[in-house]
Amino acid sequence: MSVFSRTVAELAAGLKAKEFSSVELAKLYLDRIEASQPALNAFISVTRDAALAAAAAADRALAAGRAGPLTGVPIAHKDIFCTSGVRTTCGSRMLDNFVSPYDATVVTKLAVAGTVMLGKTNMDEFAMGSSNETSYFGPVKNPWNPQMVPGGSSGGSAAAVAARLAPAATATDTGGSIRQPAALCGVTGLKPTYGRVSRYGMIAFASSLDQGGVIAASAEDAALILNVMAGFDPSDSTSVDRPVPSYEQSLNAPLKGLRIGLLKEFFEKGLEEQTEKRIREALAVYEKLGAQLKEVSLPSLPLSVPTYYVVAPAECSSNLARFDGVRFGHRAENPKDLMDLYCRSRGEGFGAEVKRRIMTGTYVLSAGYYDAYYLQAQKVRQLINRDFERAFEEVDVLMGPTTPTPAFELGAKTSDPITMYLNDIYTIGANLAGLPGLSIPCGFVGGLPVGLQIVGPHFGEEKILNAAHLYQKETDWHRRMPEKFA
Amino acid sequence: MSESAKSDWETVIGLEIHAQLATKSKIFSGSATAYGAPPNAQANLVDLGYPGVLPVLNGEAVRMAVKFGLAIEATICPQSVFARKNYFYPDLPKGYQISQYELPIVAKGKLEIVLDDGAEKIVGITRAHLEEDAGKSLHEGLPGASGIDLNRAGTPLIEIVSEPDLRSAKEAVAYMKKVHTLVRYLEICDGNMQEGSFRCDANVSVRKKGAEKLGTRAEIKNLNSFRFVEKAINHEVERQIDILESGGKVKQETRLYDPDKGETRSMRSKEEANDYRYFPDPDLLPVKLDDTFIEGVRKSLPELPDQKAARFTKDYGLSVYDAGVLTSSRELAEYYEQVVREVSSDPKLAANWVMGELAAALNKDGLEIGASRISSSALAALVKRIRDNTISGKIAKEVFEAMWSSGRGADAIIEEKGLRQITDTSAIEKAIDEVMAKNPGQLAEYRGGKDKLFGFFVGQVMKATGGKANPAQLNELLKKKLAR
Repeated sequence: MSVFSRTVAELAAGLKAKEFSSVELAKLYLDRIEASQPALNAFISVTRDAALAAAAAADRALAAGRAGPLTGVPIAHKDIFCTSGVRTTCGSRMLDNFVSPYDATVVTKLAVAGTVMLGKTNMDEFAMGSSNETSYFGPVKNPWNPQMVPGGSSGGSAAAVAARLAPAATATDTGGSIRQPAALCGVTGLKPTYGRVSRYGMIAFASSLDQGGVIAASAEDAALILNVMAGFDPSDSTSVDRPVPSYEQSLNAPLKGLRIGLLKEFFEKGLEEQTEKRIREALAVYEKLGAQLKEVSLPSLPLSVPTYYVVAPAECSSNLARFDGVRFGHRAENPKDLMDLYCRSRGEGFGAEVKRRIMTGTYVLSAGYYDAYYLQAQKVRQLINRDFERAFEEVDVLMGPTTPTPAFELGAKTSDPITMYLNDIYTIGANLAGLPGLSIPCGFVGGLPVGLQIVGPHFGEEKILNAAHLYQKETDWHRRMPEKFA
Repeated sequence: MSESAKSDWETVIGLEIHAQLATKSKIFSGSATAYGAPPNAQANLVDLGYPGVLPVLNGEAVRMAVKFGLAIEATICPQSVFARKNYFYPDLPKGYQISQYELPIVAKGKLEIVLDDGAEKIVGITRAHLEEDAGKSLHEGLPGASGIDLNRAGTPLIEIVSEPDLRSAKEAVAYMKKVHTLVRYLEICDGNMQEGSFRCDANVSVRKKGAEKLGTRAEIKNLNSFRFVEKAINHEVERQIDILESGGKVKQETRLYDPDKGETRSMRSKEEANDYRYFPDPDLLPVKLDDTFIEGVRKSLPELPDQKAARFTKDYGLSVYDAGVLTSSRELAEYYEQVVREVSSDPKLAANWVMGELAAALNKDGLEIGASRISSSALAALVKRIRDNTISGKIAKEVFEAMWSSGRGADAIIEEKGLRQITDTSAIEKAIDEVMAKNPGQLAEYRGGKDKLFGFFVGQVMKATGGKANPAQLNELLKKKLAR
C-alpha cells in the first residue's frame, strides 16, 4: 500500500512500527507537493527545511518513546494561520511580504503534538471566496478535474488532501470555507462549534463566524486532529472553557435510533438532481445502520445568505482596517500624504472581491443604514439560531447536501458574485448559529465528488464525527483518490 | 461687545473627561502602561494590531470603572458591551478604537460641586465608559516624516460624560477638579495632566437667557489643564456670542485650543466628521457583572472626599471651607489627620498650620504634599510645642522656617537657638522692672492715664527677652506692675 493512500491514523501507526521515519515521510510529501505545484497550485509556501528539522525532532521523540498520537505526521496549514518566521499571506498581495513574528495557537498546539508542517496552503484572498479564484497567488485546481474549481476559501487545503499532498490540513470556515471545498474535492472537512478552537493567530475575516477546523481523508483523522486543536485559549475571549473529549473514543457508538433531520429547505429548488440522488443514497446507508430519517423545517434558513452577506462584510470592513501600509504588509511607494498612503496601499494590496466586501460592510454599518442592514441581520441571525435550536429538540443531527452542485468550472462564476455566493447556501446557516458541521464524500456525479453535510448541536462534534465515521466504515468514497494522484 | 449684550446669553457646557486608569497593564494586552518609556518599547503585537491577534479584557480596568461608578452613585450596568469605533489614523493601529457605545459600564451618576459663592450644585453624569487610548504621533526631530509611538495605545481610559449642566467656565473647572479629586481618592487614575492622564473635551454652546432649546455646540478637544479649560471656554463663549450678536450662525464643529494664542480654531466641521460605524466588537464577550462583584467593589471604596469633609467639620469643628481645602486630596487629608492624631488636641490649630505655613511653603517650592520637606510627625511636634507653651506661635513660625530649610526637628532647633519660651515668673518680672526703670517718662504717662502705652511696654519687654517671654504671663505681670 502506498504511503499516500494512508490516513493520519495509519501513518502514525507506520511511524510507531518504524515502517518509515518522519524524515522519510516528510521528504516524500515535500517532493509530491513540489511536483504537483504546476498542476494544482495548492500551496503558497513550502517549508522544506523547517519540515525536515521538525521531522528529525519527531524521529528523535519516536526513538525515545516520547511520541504522542500524531508525532511525526506531516500536516499543511492554511495560509491564514500565522506561522512564526514563515511568510503568512492570507492569499493576498497585501501580505505577500508578511513574515509573522508569532505562531497561531492552533499552529503551536499541532507543533507541540509533534506534527510536521510541510507548508502553507493556497486560499481565497482573506478567505473571501468559494472557488479559490480570488487568491493573489492564482487559483487552485481541483485534483479530480483541473478544469474545475476546488471550492473555497480553503481550496488549497482541500485539494492538498484530495491529492494526498498532505494527509491532513488545517482550514477555516466562515460561511462554508471548510465544508464546501471538502465536498468539491471529495475529502472530509470539519468545522467545529464556534469557540471550540482558538482563533488567536488566525487572520480574521468575520470574527463572529470564523472558526478553525480541519480537512482530512477521514472522520477518524479529523477526530484525531481536533483532539489537539480544540480547547480554551486565554488569548481568545470567544473560545469556550469546556473540557475537550477524546473525539476518537465515541467514533464507533452504534447509530441505532439516531434521529436524522432532513432539512426541507435543502432539498428544494436549486439542488442538482444527480447530487440529490447521491445524498439520498447516503441517507439510505444511515437507515440501514438503524437511524431514523425525519423531515424538519427551518423557515428562516432561506434568509441565511442575505444575512451572512451583511454580517460578514460588516465585520470584515473593520477587521481589515489594520492593513493600512503603516506597520506591516503592502505599502505604496512614494505616498504624497497620509491619505495617498492609505488609498494606494489598500487599493494596490487588496483584490476585487475583498474590496467589494469592505465596501459592502462599510455601507451596512454607516449612519442611516445600520438599523436597516446590520441590526436587522442580527435579528434574523437570532431567528435562524432559534430555528436550529427547535430542530435539535426533535433530531440529533441534521443532514443534507453540502453544496447544490458538484465542482463548477474555473471562471464560470467569477463575473457574477451573487451566483458565487449562492454556492454557500447550505453551509452558511451553521456559521450564523455557531454550530459544528462536517462534509464527507458520498459519491460522484460526472467524475466529481459530492459531499454529504452533517450538522450537530453546539459542541456536538462527537455525534457528527461518530455518524461520519460509521458511514465511512460502510463505504469507501473517502478512500477514492483522483487517478493522477493515486 | 457690551456687557449688557453679553449678559443676555446663557452658556451651556458639558464635559467629556478622559481619565487613564492606573492599571499596571493595558486594557486588552499584557503590555506595561508606565509613562516615559522609549517609543514603542511598550507595544506588543496586540497593541500593534498585528494580523490574527485578539484583545483580552483586563479585569482590573473593569473593577476601577465600577469603583468610579459607585463613587458617583451611578447605575452599574449588569451587562455592558464593547464596540468598535472605526476610523483611520496612524496612531490607531487596528483602524478602530475599542470603546463602549450603546451599553456603557456606568450610567446616570452625579457629583456635587461648590461654586464660588458657596452655593452647591448637582452636576449630572450621563455615563462613564471604558475604552482604549490611542498612540501618539511624533513630529519633532523627524524632518519630513512623522513617527508613531504606540506605548500609549491600549492604555485603559474611562470617559466620563457630563450632562450639559455647567453654566460657566468656572463651573466647568470646579466640576473637573471635583472629578480629578475623586479619581485620585479612588486610586484609579494618577491625575497627571501634564502626561495626559487626565484631560477633557468641552462641548460649549450659548443660548438666549430663558430659551429652552440648546444652541449649536462646538466641541473643544484635548484640554489638559484647568487653566486651559477655563480660558478655552471663555474664549469660545465670547466667539459664539460675537457671531450670534452680529447675526451669524454658530457652526457645529470640532475646535482646538491654542494656548499660545489663547484662542480656539476650527479642526473639522460636522460635514467632515467621521462616520464611526460603531458596532459590537465580536472579539469580546459582553461584560457581565453580578451583585456579588459590585458589592465587593463597594466594600473596597475608601472614604470619599465629601464624606471626609463632613466628618472633618463634625469631628474637628472645622469650617466647611477648611474641611473642603483639607480634603481636596487624599494625601493632604491623611497628612492633616496624622498631625491631629499626634498632637491629640486642638485640630483647629493643626488645620491652621497645614493650610497656612505648610501650604505656603509647599506652594512657594512648587511641591505636592507627598514631597513636603516637613513630615506630618515633624509638624505635629512643632504644634505640640505651641500647645505646651514651650514656644509662642510667633516663634513657631521662625522654627517652621528653620525646619523647612534644614530638615531638622522642632525641638533641636528650639534648643539650639535658645527659643524656649520664658515662663519663669521671676525672670519676666526682672525684665519688666528693668524696662520700667529705663523708661520713667513713659511710666509716668501711663500711670497718668495713657493706656495706649501698654503696648509699648509689651514690646520693650519682648525685645529684652528676645521674644521668648510667654505672652499671656507677660500681659498679666505687666498689668500688675504698671498699675502699682
